[in-house]
Amino acid sequence: MFVAKSIAADHKDLIHDVSYDFHGRRMATCSSDQSVKVWDKGDDGEWHCTASWKTHSGSVWRVTWAHPEFGQVLASCSFDRTAAVWEEIVGESNDKQRGQSHWIKRTTLVDSRTSVTDVKFAPKHMGLMLTTCSADGVVRIYEAPDVMNLSQWSLQHEISCKLSCSCISWNPSSSRAHPPMIAVGSDDSNITYSGKVQIYEYNENTRKYAKAETLMTVTDPVHDITFAPNLGRSFHVLAIATKDVRIFKLIPMRRESANSSGPTKFEVQVMAQFDSHNSQVWRVSWNITSTLLASSGDDGCVRLWKANYMDNWKCTGILRGDGSPVNGSGHAAALSAVGVPVAAQMVVGAASAGRLKHSMLQYFY
Amino acid sequence: MEEVDVEPSTTLIPGAGFYQKHLGFEWGPGDLIVYETNYKLQGPRSAGSPSVHIVRRDEDICSPILRKLFSESHLIFVGLQKIKEDVPSKNKKSQFVSISKNYRSVIRACMEELQQNAVSTQSGSLASQYGDQVSILLAIELIWNLCEVLFIDAAPAGSLLLQLLDWVRLHKSDVDAKAREVLQSDSPAQHQSYWDVVISLVLQGRTDEARQVLSKQASLRAESSSVFKRMDGLLQTMPIFNPTGTQTLTEFEVKWRHWHEECDRCLQDNTFASNRHLETICKILVGDEDTLLEQKELLSTWYHFLVTRLLFTHPTIKPPDLHYYAQSSMNMFLGPRASPEPLDIILLSAFEFDLHQVIKDCSIALNNWWFVAHLTDLLDHCKLLQSHNLHFGSNLREFLVLEYASGLFTHHSLWQLAVDYFDHCPEFGRVYLELQIERVPLDTERKAIKVLRICEDRQMSEQVRSICKIMAKRALRNNRLGSALSWTIRAKDAAFATLISERFLQDYSNKGSFTDLDLLDNLGPAMLLSDSLTFLGKYREFHRLYGEKRFSEAARLLLSLMTAKIAPRSLWMTLLTDALPLLEQKEVIFSVDQTYELMSCLEELNSGTKHSNLTDQDEDIESTKTELLRLALARNLTMAIVKEGTIET
Repeated sequence: MFVAKSIAADHKDLIHDVSYDFHGRRMATCSSDQSVKVWDKGDDGEWHCTASWKTHSGSVWRVTWAHPEFGQVLASCSFDRTAAVWEEIVGESNDKQRGQSHWIKRTTLVDSRTSVTDVKFAPKHMGLMLTTCSADGVVRIYEAPDVMNLSQWSLQHEISCKLSCSCISWNPSSSRAHPPMIAVGSDDSNITYSGKVQIYEYNENTRKYAKAETLMTVTDPVHDITFAPNLGRSFHVLAIATKDVRIFKLIPMRRESANSSGPTKFEVQVMAQFDSHNSQVWRVSWNITSTLLASSGDDGCVRLWKANYMDNWKCTGILRGDGSPVNGSGHAAALSAVGVPVAAQMVVGAASAGRLKHSMLQYFY
Repeated sequence: MEEVDVEPSTTLIPGAGFYQKHLGFEWGPGDLIVYETNYKLQGPRSAGSPSVHIVRRDEDICSPILRKLFSESHLIFVGLQKIKEDVPSKNKKSQFVSISKNYRSVIRACMEELQQNAVSTQSGSLASQYGDQVSILLAIELIWNLCEVLFIDAAPAGSLLLQLLDWVRLHKSDVDAKAREVLQSDSPAQHQSYWDVVISLVLQGRTDEARQVLSKQASLRAESSSVFKRMDGLLQTMPIFNPTGTQTLTEFEVKWRHWHEECDRCLQDNTFASNRHLETICKILVGDEDTLLEQKELLSTWYHFLVTRLLFTHPTIKPPDLHYYAQSSMNMFLGPRASPEPLDIILLSAFEFDLHQVIKDCSIALNNWWFVAHLTDLLDHCKLLQSHNLHFGSNLREFLVLEYASGLFTHHSLWQLAVDYFDHCPEFGRVYLELQIERVPLDTERKAIKVLRICEDRQMSEQVRSICKIMAKRALRNNRLGSALSWTIRAKDAAFATLISERFLQDYSNKGSFTDLDLLDNLGPAMLLSDSLTFLGKYREFHRLYGEKRFSEAARLLLSLMTAKIAPRSLWMTLLTDALPLLEQKEVIFSVDQTYELMSCLEELNSGTKHSNLTDQDEDIESTKTELLRLALARNLTMAIVKEGTIET
């Protein structure tokens, strides 16, 4: 049995991104109404909006939380060509009683000449580093050297990708077996440059990021990209949202000589490819243990994909709007599953086992 | 072999998809947020107020009862892992069987409670939800029980049928209720269910009970008593194999054949022609398939039909021969048009001893990792699973246990059970635990400490550091310096320790006193984490010594803070100012040498770069302080020289 709880987000325009914080107790939403809202989950399990403020002078595309080791920090990026960093300050006690918190802008990053399409914090073991990518084809990596002073950020790297960038993803692995790695996706429809996914790797010697791999087989515009959590594997897994859902396996190849100083060479394999959306796929995201991948497409569905222990991937569930107007907030509606036989027939008192219902419950882990 | 794979179901989210056609999403802890949006970014402006929808499984109803299932089975699981490898397998089998029975009794207890709730609740929808859960648990227990009989206990021919009979009897309990009803009625023999009860008992091989019910009939009709006596005789003499007895299987078989022939003779002689019910029973005893099939309603399931059929035609069935009878029984019972359901297919796979198929089908058909994880784990301990070579090197058992435990982790209190499961997954348990334990919300200090202890016990140093750092940062934001410091020490974070020490000192210079004295006084070796922290600790010690009037110790400490370069330069003035009261005591505290050192510190301080950003007023204060110090030092020097020069008499 499922419940869907609706929360009236009260944004005055389209919501473009929703982001949970690390512990899943806070949530940030951003919208074309140029604002960001922060929601806190109370002890009663209900979500309350504790902050809402105007962040940019254009649509806000993405919002993301920093790791809680750095405090309560948010970053947002917008059509207005900027990205911003926000920090929550502990307010007066009567604010707390009213359930409100204050966020102040620590910095605005104005280097981009075009809309900033994605903003992501790098894995925490790299320090407090923020990455943006823009339609101008540049990925920028900023660092806050003093984590106690979030108004000082320095632009450490500028990676020119030559193609308009739509999304970035850091490899979350903190293993010392490989250097920091970032994947960049492009939604450029330019056909001269065919590989729309580029992978850059940090080089300890040159102290710069160098391109390690271009996925040449991805020729259509890429809308979203995400590395899977590593879980002790020796290879990397990358999911891509393009005209279909694709999962790549990147196997680092052994270096020929100990002195070779270039980026790692990878063997690239396609682990899975799903075209069930039958249309453009806009978002892909892994759950925490990388056992489930969710994708959202032009068909208005969110699909869940799972690999069994034999590594066969299957779609294990589909979510879709029912096309009805919102019926007010806070109602927990029991959802009906379409196309499934009637729920397990129960014969009270008799020892009949009844039918077994195929259901999605297991997929939310 | 039919697949139980079904197409994924589509779940509709009410209130989405009206204004915008795309569905955005974000993974949460144990749920998924969806919201309508438009990825093309060029759509019409949203007219209504957009909502976000949080989709999660509905645990509320069944959760307290299911929670018991999870926690009790957790105990059994942990106990099972502890069984030593070196015990010979013969002895282990009985242990495994008893563990299997424990699991099953936990399932049954849970089922009963759910059933009670289903009956007592007022709400219709709640009742049906409880009922659903009961159904699922019934199915699980049915499958588990069969697996126990076939795989874990692995009964040989003879015992096999007896255990299968027990299995059927356990899962068809309505017979007892009906029998009770009939026997307790005024006139049992006239009860409308009378013959149904007798036949049901015979079908289950419960001949003694059948005889008991039959005897009610016999006492009424004197003229047909001989017929009833005959039937009673047949039922009484039906041979039942005794596994612990001295009779061999062959001997039993011979005896059984004789009895079977005798039943057949009764049929040929038309002994029971006068009573069609008795005739039916005799046909059943003979194992006549058509008659058995006529009892479909009483049998109600094909597997009951299977066991009954075997009882009366092939009681010495050997395990490998089981599948043939199973398949044909299912076909016969269900008929040509009915298609088997997932449960039927799973049971069939079990009768075919295809363990992997059973597990696979259960994983797909049941929305329940609990079942497959625990059953597979038990079967793995019985060494019944061949290890598959999975691409990431793990095996089926570990895969399922990891899935189950990961699900537990999203629960606000059950996550602690999950830890033990991860501990017993040798390949990936640790890395899964590391990944997930970091995400446990640290709502209270107590919870944080609980999480920490788990990490510390397993030497997960990075997680320890991270959690402590998060708590330290949170405390610092709320200006709880003492708490922040103790978390920082636990995190062994030198940089942060420096930061917090500096905040302490800042506080001290603002307020003139220290906070969190208990903590500062008992830093111990943790003091060495960072220089600033060491200074803070020692500085506090100086104040304490001064308070206890141990002036010469205090003086020595103060001096060492400067000369050993523990104190930051910026605080030397403060320290020297602290030295003033010691210099102005009546008795001499600082020795000549010490005084010279103090003087040189003062000069060193003054020879440093003058801060040009000091206001005139501040500069005045600084120079006044310096003058005072010089004076005090000079005075002390003279007194010290005199004191040291004087010979004590």
